[in-house]
Amino acid sequence: MGMTLAEKILAANSGRDHVQPGELVNAKVDMVLGNDITAPVAIREFNKIGVDKVFNKDCIALVPDHFAPNKDIKSAEQAKVMREFAKEHNLTNYFEVGKMGIEHCLLPEQGLVAPGNVVIGADSHTCTYGAMGAFATGVGSTDLAAAMALGETWFKVPESIKFVFHGKLNPWVGGKDLILYTIGKIGVDGALYKAMEFTGPVIKELSMDGRFTMCNMAIEAGGKVGLIEPDETTLAYVKGRVKVPATFYKSDEDAQYSEVYEFDVSEIEPQVAFPHLPENTKPLSDATGVKIDQSVIGSCTNGRIEDLRLAAEVLKGNKVDPNVRCIIFPGTQEIYLQAMKEGLVEIFIKAGAAVSTPTCGPCLGGHMGILAKGERAIATTNRNFVGRMGHPESEVYLSNPAVAAASAVKGQIAKPEEVV
Amino acid sequence: MKLNGAAWKFGNDIDTDVIIPARHLNTSDPEELAKHCMEDGDPEFYQKINGGDVIVAGKNFGCGSSREHAPIAIKAAGISCVIAKSFARIFYRNAFNIGLPIFECPEAAEKIQPGDKLEVDVDSGEIVNTTKNETYQATPVPEFMQQIIAAGGLINYVSKRVKNNE
Ligand code: SF4
Repeated sequence: MGMTLAEKILAANSGRDHVQPGELVNAKVDMVLGNDITAPVAIREFNKIGVDKVFNKDCIALVPDHFAPNKDIKSAEQAKVMREFAKEHNLTNYFEVGKMGIEHCLLPEQGLVAPGNVVIGADSHTCTYGAMGAFATGVGSTDLAAAMALGETWFKVPESIKFVFHGKLNPWVGGKDLILYTIGKIGVDGALYKAMEFTGPVIKELSMDGRFTMCNMAIEAGGKVGLIEPDETTLAYVKGRVKVPATFYKSDEDAQYSEVYEFDVSEIEPQVAFPHLPENTKPLSDATGVKIDQSVIGSCTNGRIEDLRLAAEVLKGNKVDPNVRCIIFPGTQEIYLQAMKEGLVEIFIKAGAAVSTPTCGPCLGGHMGILAKGERAIATTNRNFVGRMGHPESEVYLSNPAVAAASAVKGQIAKPEEVV
Repeated sequence: MKLNGAAWKFGNDIDTDVIIPARHLNTSDPEELAKHCMEDGDPEFYQKINGGDVIVAGKNFGCGSSREHAPIAIKAAGISCVIAKSFARIFYRNAFNIGLPIFECPEAAEKIQPGDKLEVDVDSGEIVNTTKNETYQATPVPEFMQQIIAAGGLINYVSKRVKNNE
């Protein structure tokens, strides 16, 4: 019997010819990741194991991105724990402020993840790298600690769901809308414990940035991984960038899926997820007119260069509404620099938007743009849970960058074509 | 081992931002985290509960971020176990890893009412509702997970493996 992409990668990394859903396997990990929230807990646990070395100093990435540049004394102490651990173990991939970016934009950009890899990260959006055809999934700090010591971890082989996208994308519709639409259809636990494989002619045409956005939000449907079969687009992205061996796996024709969904994207408009769950999606036409106080453009979901280009296309020559704070945070330093070279940063500043250094900041209600009681934001981030961006009585609406930019100009949720 | 406590009920899709809001994640001190446990679902939760009490919730409990601070906060607050219709994957893994017992049992999640007194057998997964005089059976814990629990959490399990050079 054939295997899915997820099954093939797990089989290869656990030294097996064949695996099937439900089996427990011990797989070697090619990269493990921690951040300034999760790594300090992992380090505490690592020190209890009784090993004096990490399994491989090149295969651990530590990124202070959540509360960094440190927002207060407590977070500075946490970041320090991580920095000292990185020094003590001589870790190759520690990214200090000034070099760091939002982890899930940074790792692929720096060539630290390759197609066919198994990656675990103590951050739920580690599933982003599935866009490159890697089996990447979020774990907790204790799992991270164990993997830092052993270089392997256990997995239950997940069942796979196939999502096939047909048709032609409408203007202003991209990866974000496809994934919001999908989550709206299957719900926030619609893919619980499962691998989500995105395929079909629309995905073939989708850029790497669009693919990262889609796989990033697999976790928002409960998925273990979001996966896209690597192809020429992937190859072009990894060429000259990826430093470790890559393997391009493909699902077999006769692979088994627990469910198959077929979507015709020709009927999809930009999507907006209403508070307080990513599954509360509606077509943009049903969302326009909702007044907003803040527009947040960036994050590991939509903080890549293509996202910033879209935002700039909409903001160019426009002004942010006087009642709105528009905050733009590029995913990495490299993206920031590229945005400067292309004149995007100038467009943002002239429009009256604030451009931030790369950080998770507002996305998790950490710093750099917290909402007060009763305030409402539109954001290109991935979660609109209660209190996610600040006060428990604030609200977050999720959208793509063009819609968030148009809404910033209008002071209310708006269509990009209204301002461009 | 048997756990005893009163039930506190929550709905579906309780996410980790409700269990422990990100604004408190600038620390990893369990005592500190415990004080804010379930804060955005019920601001007085920590004040109201007694040691041993049980969280009973609907589907997809613990969805959202991978923060282990969520099960740590629950455990440090004195909650003895969580019973839910289903759990989000990362939360499920984390709970076992840190030694917070959790039970998947749709029937219990449905029938238990707030304040019901519960007696939970960790080994068999049998849940007795002494208030209602009802018994529910949770999904058995996979054998590998039982080994982790028996070792006292993942770190002890790994530590033993390392020492035995496995
Ligand atoms: S940008 Fe937001 S979702 Fe992404 S890693 Fe940072 S906090 Fe998490």
